[in-house]
Amino acid sequence: MVSAGLRISCIALMLGHAALARGSEIPQSERRSGYDMMGRDTKAMQDDDTANPATLWVLEGETIWNTKAADGKSCADCHGDAGTSMKGVAARYPAFDATRDRAIDLEQRINICRSERQNATPLPFESRQLLALAAFVARQSRGMPIEQNDPRMQPVIASGRALFEGRQGQLNLSCAQCHDDNWGKQLAGSVIPQAHPTGYPIYRLEWQNLGSLQRRLRNCLYGLRAETYPLGAPEAVALEAFLMWRARGMPMDAPGVRP
Amino acid sequence: MTRPLINVPARAKRGQVIEIKTLISHVMEPGFRHSSIGVLLPRDIITEFVCAYDGEEIFRADLFPAISANPFVTFHTVATKSGTLTFTWTGDNGFSATEQASITVE
Repeated sequence: MVSAGLRISCIALMLGHAALARGSEIPQSERRSGYDMMGRDTKAMQDDDTANPATLWVLEGETIWNTKAADGKSCADCHGDAGTSMKGVAARYPAFDATRDRAIDLEQRINICRSERQNATPLPFESRQLLALAAFVARQSRGMPIEQNDPRMQPVIASGRALFEGRQGQLNLSCAQCHDDNWGKQLAGSVIPQAHPTGYPIYRLEWQNLGSLQRRLRNCLYGLRAETYPLGAPEAVALEAFLMWRARGMPMDAPGVRP
Repeated sequence: MTRPLINVPARAKRGQVIEIKTLISHVMEPGFRHSSIGVLLPRDIITEFVCAYDGEEIFRADLFPAISANPFVTFHTVATKSGTLTFTWTGDNGFSATEQASITVE
Protein backbone atom coordinates (compact mmCIF):
# COMPACT_ATOMS: atom_id res chain seq x y z
CA MET A 1 0.00 0.00 0.00
CA VAL A 2 1.25 3.46 -0.81
CA SER A 3 1.42 5.95 1.99
CA ALA A 4 0.17 9.48 1.47
CA GLY A 5 3.70 10.74 2.03
CA LEU A 6 5.10 8.56 -0.71
CA ARG A 7 2.34 9.63 -3.03
CA ILE A 8 3.15 13.28 -2.42
CA SER A 9 6.86 12.69 -2.93
CA CYS A 10 5.99 10.79 -6.10
CA ILE A 11 3.97 13.73 -7.40
CA ALA A 12 6.85 16.03 -6.49
CA LEU A 13 9.20 13.75 -8.42
CA MET A 14 6.89 13.84 -11.40
CA LEU A 15 6.77 17.62 -11.32
CA GLY A 16 10.50 17.74 -10.96
CA HIS A 17 10.85 15.65 -14.06
CA ALA A 18 8.09 17.31 -16.02
CA ALA A 19 10.56 18.65 -18.54
CA LEU A 20 12.07 15.18 -18.97
CA ALA A 21 8.96 13.01 -18.97
CA ARG A 22 7.20 13.17 -22.29
CA GLY A 23 4.08 11.22 -21.63
CA SER A 24 2.42 10.44 -18.39
CA GLU A 25 3.00 7.77 -15.84
CA ILE A 26 0.57 4.85 -16.01
CA PRO A 27 -2.21 5.40 -13.42
CA GLN A 28 -2.19 2.75 -10.67
CA SER A 29 -5.59 1.41 -11.75
CA GLU A 30 -4.44 0.85 -15.34
CA ARG A 31 -1.33 -1.12 -14.51
CA ARG A 32 -1.20 -4.58 -16.07
CA SER A 33 1.51 -7.17 -15.66
CA GLY A 34 3.14 -8.99 -18.54
CA TYR A 35 1.09 -11.99 -17.44
CA ASP A 36 -2.17 -10.10 -17.91
CA MET A 37 -1.18 -9.13 -21.44
CA MET A 38 -0.04 -12.49 -22.75
CA GLY A 39 -2.03 -15.10 -24.63
CA ARG A 40 -4.15 -17.88 -23.18
CA ASP A 41 -1.69 -20.65 -24.06
CA THR A 42 1.27 -18.94 -22.42
CA LYS A 43 -0.81 -18.19 -19.32
CA ALA A 44 -1.82 -21.86 -19.12
CA MET A 45 1.83 -22.87 -19.42
CA GLN A 46 2.79 -20.59 -16.52
CA ASP A 47 -0.14 -21.56 -14.29
CA ASP A 48 0.51 -25.31 -14.41
CA ASP A 49 3.68 -26.02 -12.45
CA THR A 50 4.22 -29.25 -14.36
CA ALA A 51 4.06 -27.40 -17.68
CA ASN A 52 6.01 -24.30 -16.60
CA PRO A 53 9.62 -25.00 -17.62
CA ALA A 54 10.87 -22.68 -14.85
CA THR A 55 9.83 -25.41 -12.39
CA LEU A 56 12.92 -27.34 -13.49
CA TRP A 57 15.05 -24.48 -12.14
CA VAL A 58 12.94 -24.13 -8.99
CA LEU A 59 13.51 -27.81 -8.18
CA GLU A 60 17.23 -27.48 -8.88
CA GLY A 61 17.30 -24.38 -6.66
CA GLU A 62 15.65 -26.34 -3.87
CA THR A 63 18.38 -28.98 -4.15
CA ILE A 64 21.11 -26.33 -3.99
CA TRP A 65 19.33 -24.68 -1.04
CA ASN A 66 19.68 -27.91 0.92
CA THR A 67 23.17 -28.86 -0.29
CA LYS A 68 26.10 -28.07 1.95
CA ALA A 69 28.72 -25.79 0.40
CA ALA A 70 32.48 -26.33 0.73
CA ASP A 71 32.64 -25.14 4.33
CA GLY A 72 29.81 -27.45 5.35
CA LYS A 73 26.95 -24.96 5.54
CA SER A 74 23.87 -24.97 3.32
CA CYS A 75 21.42 -22.12 2.75
CA ALA A 76 18.91 -24.11 4.81
CA ASP A 77 21.31 -24.32 7.79
CA CYS A 78 20.92 -20.56 8.35
CA HIS A 79 17.58 -19.77 6.71
CA GLY A 80 15.70 -22.97 7.49
CA ASP A 81 12.56 -23.66 5.50
CA ALA A 82 12.50 -21.32 2.52
CA GLY A 83 8.71 -21.44 2.50
CA THR A 84 8.75 -19.31 5.67
CA SER A 85 12.09 -17.50 5.67
CA MET A 86 12.05 -16.47 2.00
CA LYS A 87 8.36 -15.59 1.77
CA GLY A 88 8.10 -12.08 0.37
CA VAL A 89 11.87 -11.58 0.14
CA ALA A 90 12.07 -11.42 -3.67
CA ALA A 91 9.18 -8.93 -3.63
CA ARG A 92 11.39 -6.48 -1.68
CA TYR A 93 14.51 -6.62 -3.88
CA PRO A 94 16.62 -4.73 -4.96
CA ALA A 95 17.29 -3.70 -1.37
CA PHE A 96 19.72 -1.39 0.36
CA ASP A 97 22.80 -3.09 1.76
CA ALA A 98 24.01 -1.02 4.72
CA THR A 99 27.51 -2.57 4.92
CA ARG A 100 28.19 -1.83 1.25
CA ASP A 101 26.24 1.43 1.27
CA ARG A 102 24.59 0.63 -2.04
CA ALA A 103 21.60 -1.17 -3.52
CA ILE A 104 21.92 -4.84 -4.42
CA ASP A 105 19.56 -7.15 -6.28
CA LEU A 106 18.51 -10.67 -5.36
CA GLU A 107 21.24 -12.40 -7.37
CA GLN A 108 23.88 -10.21 -5.74
CA ARG A 109 22.42 -10.94 -2.29
CA ILE A 110 22.64 -14.69 -3.00
CA ASN A 111 26.27 -14.32 -4.05
CA ILE A 112 27.15 -12.20 -0.99
CA CYS A 113 25.65 -14.94 1.17
CA ARG A 114 27.69 -17.52 -0.72
CA SER A 115 31.01 -15.73 -0.37
CA GLU A 116 30.57 -14.38 3.19
CA ARG A 117 28.58 -17.10 4.95
CA GLN A 118 29.38 -20.23 2.96
CA ASN A 119 32.98 -19.45 1.95
CA ALA A 120 32.02 -20.52 -1.54
CA THR A 121 32.89 -18.90 -4.86
CA PRO A 122 30.22 -16.51 -6.12
CA LEU A 123 28.16 -17.90 -8.98
CA PRO A 124 28.51 -16.12 -12.35
CA PHE A 125 25.54 -13.98 -13.39
CA GLU A 126 23.07 -15.89 -15.57
CA SER A 127 24.65 -19.21 -14.60
CA ARG A 128 22.23 -22.06 -14.24
CA GLN A 129 22.87 -22.43 -10.51
CA LEU A 130 22.38 -18.75 -9.67
CA LEU A 131 19.18 -18.61 -11.73
CA ALA A 132 17.99 -21.79 -10.02
CA LEU A 133 18.51 -20.30 -6.55
CA ALA A 134 16.91 -17.00 -7.58
CA ALA A 135 13.93 -18.86 -9.08
CA PHE A 136 13.55 -20.95 -5.93
CA VAL A 137 13.66 -17.88 -3.68
CA ALA A 138 11.36 -15.86 -5.97
CA ARG A 139 8.87 -18.74 -6.08
CA GLN A 140 8.30 -18.30 -2.33
CA SER A 141 6.92 -14.80 -2.98
CA ARG A 142 4.26 -15.82 -5.49
CA GLY A 143 1.15 -13.76 -4.90
CA MET A 144 2.90 -11.35 -2.51
CA PRO A 145 2.70 -7.62 -3.31
CA ILE A 146 5.88 -5.94 -4.56
CA GLU A 147 7.29 -3.55 -1.95
CA GLN A 148 9.82 -0.81 -2.47
CA ASN A 149 9.45 1.59 0.44
CA ASP A 150 12.86 1.74 2.12
CA PRO A 151 13.70 5.49 2.30
CA ARG A 152 17.39 4.66 1.69
CA MET A 153 16.35 3.32 -1.73
CA GLN A 154 14.86 6.64 -2.84
CA PRO A 155 18.04 8.03 -4.46
CA VAL A 156 18.55 4.71 -6.26
CA ILE A 157 14.96 4.73 -7.51
CA ALA A 158 15.39 8.34 -8.64
CA SER A 159 18.48 7.49 -10.66
CA GLY A 160 16.64 4.49 -12.10
CA ARG A 161 13.82 6.81 -13.12
CA ALA A 162 16.29 9.11 -14.87
CA LEU A 163 17.63 6.12 -16.83
CA PHE A 164 14.07 5.02 -17.66
CA GLU A 165 13.02 8.42 -18.90
CA GLY A 166 16.23 9.49 -20.60
CA ARG A 167 16.72 8.90 -24.29
CA GLN A 168 19.62 6.67 -25.21
CA GLY A 169 21.18 4.65 -28.00
CA GLN A 170 21.38 5.22 -31.74
CA LEU A 171 17.60 5.12 -31.96
CA ASN A 172 17.46 7.91 -29.34
CA LEU A 173 14.54 6.38 -27.48
CA SER A 174 13.73 6.15 -23.81
CA CYS A 175 12.20 3.18 -21.99
CA ALA A 176 9.22 5.40 -21.13
CA GLN A 177 8.43 6.11 -24.76
CA CYS A 178 7.50 2.47 -25.28
CA HIS A 179 6.41 1.31 -21.85
CA ASP A 180 4.61 4.42 -20.52
CA ASP A 181 3.39 6.09 -23.70
CA ASN A 182 2.74 3.23 -26.11
CA TRP A 183 2.02 0.11 -24.08
CA GLY A 184 -0.63 -2.14 -25.55
CA LYS A 185 0.33 -1.23 -29.11
CA GLN A 186 2.27 -3.53 -31.42
CA LEU A 187 6.01 -3.51 -31.94
CA ALA A 188 6.30 -5.73 -35.00
CA GLY A 189 4.35 -8.83 -33.98
CA SER A 190 4.54 -8.32 -30.23
CA VAL A 191 2.41 -6.34 -27.84
CA ILE A 192 4.39 -3.70 -25.94
CA PRO A 193 4.02 -4.50 -22.24
CA GLN A 194 4.08 -2.00 -19.40
CA ALA A 195 7.38 -3.45 -18.15
CA HIS A 196 6.39 -4.50 -14.65
CA PRO A 197 8.94 -7.01 -13.34
CA THR A 198 6.48 -9.26 -11.51
CA GLY A 199 7.71 -12.63 -12.73
CA TYR A 200 11.52 -12.63 -12.62
CA PRO A 201 13.49 -14.73 -13.17
CA ILE A 202 11.39 -15.61 -16.22
CA TYR A 203 11.39 -18.50 -18.62
CA ARG A 204 11.33 -16.61 -21.89
CA LEU A 205 10.16 -18.72 -24.79
CA GLU A 206 12.36 -16.70 -27.16
CA TRP A 207 15.41 -17.56 -25.04
CA GLN A 208 14.31 -21.16 -24.42
CA ASN A 209 15.94 -20.57 -21.08
CA LEU A 210 15.52 -18.91 -17.72
CA GLY A 211 16.86 -15.37 -17.45
CA SER A 212 17.10 -12.52 -14.98
CA LEU A 213 15.61 -9.05 -15.15
CA GLN A 214 19.09 -7.72 -15.94
CA ARG A 215 19.28 -9.96 -19.00
CA ARG A 216 15.87 -8.68 -20.10
CA LEU A 217 17.01 -5.06 -19.63
CA ARG A 218 20.07 -5.75 -21.75
CA ASN A 219 17.74 -7.03 -24.48
CA CYS A 220 15.81 -3.76 -24.50
CA LEU A 221 19.01 -1.68 -24.52
CA TYR A 222 20.34 -3.75 -27.39
CA GLY A 223 17.10 -3.03 -29.23
CA LEU A 224 17.67 0.70 -28.71
CA ARG A 225 21.21 0.20 -30.02
CA ALA A 226 22.43 1.59 -26.73
CA GLU A 227 25.42 0.44 -24.75
CA THR A 228 24.34 -2.40 -22.48
CA TYR A 229 25.21 -2.23 -18.80
CA PRO A 230 27.50 -5.01 -17.61
CA LEU A 231 25.63 -7.62 -15.55
CA GLY A 232 25.55 -6.43 -11.93
CA ALA A 233 26.27 -2.79 -12.83
CA PRO A 234 24.81 -0.12 -10.49
CA GLU A 235 22.80 1.32 -13.41
CA ALA A 236 21.10 -2.04 -13.95
CA VAL A 237 20.27 -2.34 -10.24
CA ALA A 238 18.91 1.22 -10.23
CA LEU A 239 16.65 0.43 -13.19
CA GLU A 240 15.51 -2.75 -11.48
CA ALA A 241 14.72 -0.78 -8.33
CA PHE A 242 12.77 1.87 -10.25
CA LEU A 243 10.77 -0.79 -12.11
CA MET A 244 9.95 -2.57 -8.85
CA TRP A 245 8.91 0.74 -7.29
CA ARG A 246 6.78 1.45 -10.36
CA ALA A 247 5.14 -1.98 -9.91
CA ARG A 248 4.71 -1.58 -6.14
CA GLY A 249 1.64 -3.34 -4.84
CA MET A 250 1.33 -5.65 -7.85
CA PRO A 251 1.45 -9.37 -6.99
CA MET A 252 4.53 -11.42 -7.82
CA ASP A 253 3.98 -14.28 -10.26
CA ALA A 254 7.55 -15.60 -10.36
CA PRO A 255 8.87 -17.63 -11.96
CA GLY A 256 6.90 -16.45 -14.97
CA VAL A 257 6.71 -17.63 -18.56
CA ARG A 258 6.91 -14.85 -21.13
CA PRO A 259 6.78 -14.97 -24.93
CA MET B 1 21.11 -31.93 -14.38
CA THR B 2 17.61 -31.78 -12.98
CA ARG B 3 15.09 -34.54 -12.67
CA PRO B 4 12.42 -34.75 -15.34
CA LEU B 5 9.04 -33.47 -14.25
CA ILE B 6 6.16 -35.94 -14.57
CA ASN B 7 2.46 -35.32 -14.01
CA VAL B 8 0.43 -38.53 -13.81
CA PRO B 9 -2.81 -38.70 -11.81
CA ALA B 10 -2.21 -40.73 -8.62
CA ARG B 11 -5.58 -42.46 -8.92
CA ALA B 12 -7.93 -43.19 -11.79
CA LYS B 13 -11.00 -45.30 -12.54
CA ARG B 14 -10.56 -48.36 -14.75
CA GLY B 15 -11.12 -47.40 -18.37
CA GLN B 16 -10.69 -43.69 -17.70
CA VAL B 17 -8.69 -41.63 -20.19
CA ILE B 18 -5.84 -39.95 -18.34
CA GLU B 19 -3.51 -37.17 -19.40
CA ILE B 20 0.21 -37.58 -18.84
CA LYS B 21 2.54 -34.58 -18.95
CA THR B 22 6.32 -34.74 -19.06
CA LEU B 23 8.93 -32.01 -19.03
CA ILE B 24 12.69 -32.51 -19.18
CA SER B 25 15.61 -30.12 -19.05
CA HIS B 26 17.70 -30.31 -22.23
CA VAL B 27 19.43 -27.73 -24.48
CA MET B 28 18.23 -29.33 -27.75
CA GLU B 29 21.05 -27.74 -29.74
CA PRO B 30 19.89 -28.26 -33.35
CA GLY B 31 23.33 -28.54 -34.96
CA PHE B 32 22.80 -25.75 -37.50
CA ARG B 33 23.89 -22.78 -35.40
CA HIS B 34 27.30 -21.15 -35.26
CA SER B 35 28.96 -19.79 -32.16
CA SER B 36 30.01 -16.15 -31.85
CA ILE B 37 33.42 -17.07 -33.31
CA GLY B 38 31.90 -18.92 -36.27
CA VAL B 39 32.34 -22.50 -35.14
CA LEU B 40 29.44 -24.84 -35.92
CA LEU B 41 27.80 -25.97 -32.67
CA PRO B 42 27.46 -29.76 -32.84
CA ARG B 43 24.00 -31.25 -32.64
CA ASP B 44 22.94 -32.23 -29.13
CA ILE B 45 19.30 -33.27 -28.96
CA ILE B 46 17.07 -35.89 -27.42
CA THR B 47 16.24 -38.31 -30.22
CA GLU B 48 13.74 -40.63 -28.59
CA PHE B 49 11.12 -40.63 -25.86
CA VAL B 50 9.36 -43.82 -24.75
CA CYS B 51 6.68 -44.43 -22.13
CA ALA B 52 5.98 -47.95 -20.88
CA TYR B 53 2.95 -48.87 -18.74
CA ASP B 54 3.89 -51.83 -16.56
CA GLY B 55 6.55 -52.86 -19.06
CA GLU B 56 4.33 -52.48 -22.11
CA GLU B 57 5.20 -49.67 -24.51
CA ILE B 58 2.23 -47.30 -24.88
CA PHE B 59 3.81 -44.18 -26.38
CA ARG B 60 6.91 -43.42 -28.42
CA ALA B 61 8.11 -40.23 -30.02
CA ASP B 62 11.09 -39.45 -32.23
CA LEU B 63 12.44 -35.97 -31.59
CA PHE B 64 14.13 -33.81 -34.22
CA PRO B 65 16.29 -30.64 -34.30
CA ALA B 66 13.27 -28.32 -34.66
CA ILE B 67 11.98 -29.21 -31.19
CA SER B 68 12.48 -26.52 -28.57
CA ALA B 69 14.76 -26.74 -25.57
CA ASN B 70 13.32 -28.42 -22.47
CA PRO B 71 10.82 -30.51 -24.48
CA PHE B 72 7.32 -30.80 -23.00
CA VAL B 73 5.54 -33.95 -24.18
CA THR B 74 1.95 -34.63 -23.21
CA PHE B 75 -0.28 -37.50 -24.28
CA HIS B 76 -3.30 -39.54 -23.21
CA THR B 77 -3.77 -43.18 -22.37
CA VAL B 78 -6.45 -45.44 -20.87
CA ALA B 79 -5.97 -46.41 -17.24
CA THR B 80 -6.16 -50.21 -17.35
CA LYS B 81 -4.44 -51.42 -14.18
CA SER B 82 -2.49 -50.24 -11.17
CA GLY B 83 1.19 -50.12 -11.95
CA THR B 84 4.24 -48.14 -12.86
CA LEU B 85 4.76 -45.85 -15.81
CA THR B 86 8.37 -45.68 -16.93
CA PHE B 87 9.58 -42.77 -19.04
CA THR B 88 12.85 -42.92 -20.93
CA TRP B 89 14.59 -40.20 -22.89
CA THR B 90 17.66 -40.99 -25.01
CA GLY B 91 19.72 -38.65 -27.11
CA ASP B 92 23.03 -37.49 -28.52
CA ASN B 93 26.30 -37.78 -26.58
CA GLY B 94 25.01 -40.76 -24.64
CA PHE B 95 22.18 -38.78 -23.04
CA SER B 96 19.80 -40.96 -21.11
CA ALA B 97 17.23 -40.23 -18.40
CA THR B 98 14.61 -42.41 -16.78
CA GLU B 99 11.79 -41.50 -14.45
CA GLN B 100 8.94 -43.49 -12.97
CA ALA B 101 5.47 -42.69 -11.69
CA SER B 102 2.90 -45.02 -10.20
CA ILE B 103 -0.83 -45.01 -10.65
CA THR B 104 -3.58 -46.74 -8.67
CA VAL B 105 -6.52 -47.90 -10.79
CA GLU B 106 -9.72 -48.90 -9.05
